[in-house]
Amino acid sequence: MAGLNRRTFLLSSTAALAAAGLPARTFAQAAAASVPRRGGTLNMLINPEPPVLVSIFQTTGPALVASSKVLEGLLAYDFDMRPKPQLATAWTISPDGLKYSFTLRRNVRWHDGQPFTSADVAFSVELLKSIHPRGRSTFANVTRVSTPDAQTAVIELSKPAPYLLKALSAGESPIVPKHLYASGDPLSNPHNNAPIGTGPFRFKSWTRGANIVYERNPDYWDNGKPYIDALVLKVIPDAAARSAAFETGALDLGGENPVPLTDLPRLTQLPQLAVETRGYRFLEPLAEIDFNLQHPVLKDLRVRQAIAHAINPQVVLRTVAYGYAELSPTPITPASPYHDAKLAPYAFDLAAAEQLLDAAGYPRKAGGVRLNLTHDFLPYGDMYRRQAEYVKSALARVGIDVTVRSQDLPAFLKRVYADRQFDFTSIGVNTLFDPSVGVQRLYWSRNIRPGVPFSNAPHYSNAEVDRLLESAAIETDENRRVALYQQFQQIVYRDLPILNLVAPRMVTLANRRVNNHTVSAQGLEGNLADVYLSA
Amino acid sequence: MSRGMRFAAIARRTAWQALPTVLGIVVLNFLLLKLMPGDAADVLAGEAGSATVETMQVLRAKFGLDQPVLHQLWSYLVHLSHFSLGYSPRYDMPVMQLILSRLPNTLLLMGTALSFAIALGVVLGAVMAHWAGKWPDRVLSVLALLFYSTPGFWIGLLAIVLFSVHLGWLPSGGNVTLGVQLHGFAYFADAVRHVLLPAATLSTFFVAIYARLTRAAMLEVQRQDFVRTAQAKGLHPLQVTVRHVLRNALIPLTTIVGIHFGTLLGGAAVTETVFSWPGLGRLALDAVMARDFSVLLGVLLLSSMLVILANLLVDLLQAWLDPRIG
Repeated sequence: MAGLNRRTFLLSSTAALAAAGLPARTFAQAAAASVPRRGGTLNMLINPEPPVLVSIFQTTGPALVASSKVLEGLLAYDFDMRPKPQLATAWTISPDGLKYSFTLRRNVRWHDGQPFTSADVAFSVELLKSIHPRGRSTFANVTRVSTPDAQTAVIELSKPAPYLLKALSAGESPIVPKHLYASGDPLSNPHNNAPIGTGPFRFKSWTRGANIVYERNPDYWDNGKPYIDALVLKVIPDAAARSAAFETGALDLGGENPVPLTDLPRLTQLPQLAVETRGYRFLEPLAEIDFNLQHPVLKDLRVRQAIAHAINPQVVLRTVAYGYAELSPTPITPASPYHDAKLAPYAFDLAAAEQLLDAAGYPRKAGGVRLNLTHDFLPYGDMYRRQAEYVKSALARVGIDVTVRSQDLPAFLKRVYADRQFDFTSIGVNTLFDPSVGVQRLYWSRNIRPGVPFSNAPHYSNAEVDRLLESAAIETDENRRVALYQQFQQIVYRDLPILNLVAPRMVTLANRRVNNHTVSAQGLEGNLADVYLSA
Repeated sequence: MSRGMRFAAIARRTAWQALPTVLGIVVLNFLLLKLMPGDAADVLAGEAGSATVETMQVLRAKFGLDQPVLHQLWSYLVHLSHFSLGYSPRYDMPVMQLILSRLPNTLLLMGTALSFAIALGVVLGAVMAHWAGKWPDRVLSVLALLFYSTPGFWIGLLAIVLFSVHLGWLPSGGNVTLGVQLHGFAYFADAVRHVLLPAATLSTFFVAIYARLTRAAMLEVQRQDFVRTAQAKGLHPLQVTVRHVLRNALIPLTTIVGIHFGTLLGGAAVTETVFSWPGLGRLALDAVMARDFSVLLGVLLLSSMLVILANLLVDLLQAWLDPRIG
């Protein structure tokens, strides 16, 4: 099985629908889809509760979901990551790749009535560069943002940044109102909890621990939109309670695997619920095993190769990810244009693994055990715990006795990134919209940053890899950039500081009365202006 | 000593004992929490999935986490002496405000659950004691054992599946219906509909305990001389059971209820999570996961004060139930 891709998955869910005897309903929906209906309240899951509602210095998933309804970005993106207008209506890039000129939308007003101008854009880009966790690197080359007139903003760079045009979505790079953020500490700005934006929804209330209520912005620049009257983001911390809420209709929509994958087959049997796997191009998660290269055993390449041969990625795909994933033996996933499809996963070959371990000087001792290792897993969702359990059972077959260690998120991060008291880990990282932003940080030797989560955990250092990453980050020729990244993938595939396994496909669960919830690469991190509810 | 003076003495004694207790709780909690690996900046950076050295430093400076531990403790105590519980870095609001917004929900849930547990527990216990050894006693004993041994979250989930998903009678979570302005009876009815399942779930465990406890205490009191005297002077059996037996059997019960007040706060965290109930228990749980220590300390401090208050009430209640106490 080459992985359950999106198309086969959609086909199978259609088949399930037909089996449930509901073709008439789908036809009715197709007919209704042409005329969006105004009105209604959409109940959407937000999990966990975000710390703030503005994603300019907080990039946790729920903050991006909450922020993008109120605050907009310069651009939106279609499913192929081609930019579409949002606050910018047109854009040009100078041939040397150092000047990005944006023509801004006219007659746009902030929710407090102030006009939106290029000064807001210039201010926001400066802010992103100084306080956004990724903006520091994304906008590192920005020297200044000039504003020749109120409707034009020009981002000027010292070096090219070929990923910049993909980073301007509402969630990733929100445009905030200068008149409300210019004075005082932006991190303590009261509008972080009660945002004022240009988006289709206005902030109404936030009851901590319960819900965030947004109401329709009647003066939205996109005439007639949004279609719904109110958007309620509900906080439901218990996974089983979320499943129940989808069943009772208390929830209409939820993204990023809103229910446990074990519950999904049961819920998709229900006639009112449907599954969507598109809309996660901005996250693009990757499940992997990180080795501590300072570990006396694991610093030996042969041991890492043996582990790679002993782990069957198909089992990870089918059993750990329940089929909602595709194989990705390289850090740049198949969804990316820079993915090197020539690299196949390490062959599942126990004999080869045993030979490598023998050669490395770890023969089977009494009881058949060659060596003992401890495995930590990222305690986020339950997928990485399952992956760790599989690693334990898989490595037992080649004589590696693995102890799985469990801890909560801050303890895990401190152990791996600050204290470095670990052997190897099951972990997931988001590889994001471009390798320069999402992948480079994991392999670049200059990103060996003690205490910084999701930096270079193995402490991998290779001068050639550094050179390739640094060149690709400023390469404006697309073909050359592809070549650089393919070379990079081949080297880290051989050096094996990280064993890349699968790219999990995130799932959105929605009531069938919700139309157009996923219309762009941003998915539920889009602005939901197009959503409407069937009667 | 008059009754009023006795009550005043009890209140004074409790207050004097409470002050050092609360201070000890604060310092101990603070130091224990500091032993936990990782801090709020780690959590925020971890959830964000990206961070740089600089953004981590900015977060730590903002939360005051770059200061030495004893310095942090001292500034917390100074804040406390000004009746400020500090500021939550995660929620970006004063802890007091955060707790006060959650407190009514938790008190409603706990009050309902506790009243329900006591009322039902005492009735069931009295029934069991009255027919001790007969079939009502046996049946209720088995039921009590079942309630006692079944975890609350499981009962909660099954209640959701039955009453919300299948029957559709009650909401599966939350504490109010969103998006509608309700007043008067409609508001009350809405609140009752939302509190019913979580309160019933939370109380099952305690119903079982109180029923067993009431039964045992009543059986013991029944054998005492004054009960025989009451029966001998020709009082109605019901009057003997309620006025003489039950009243004296309530003293061990009130002691246990006072102790359970703290346990109930802990149990509320689970129930509140299952039913998405925005209460203090969940706030505490979230604060642990987020290493939001000022919130956690605030909740713990408030909980300890609630427990002390509950114990004071129990002392006063016992003094009223039995004039020899006090």
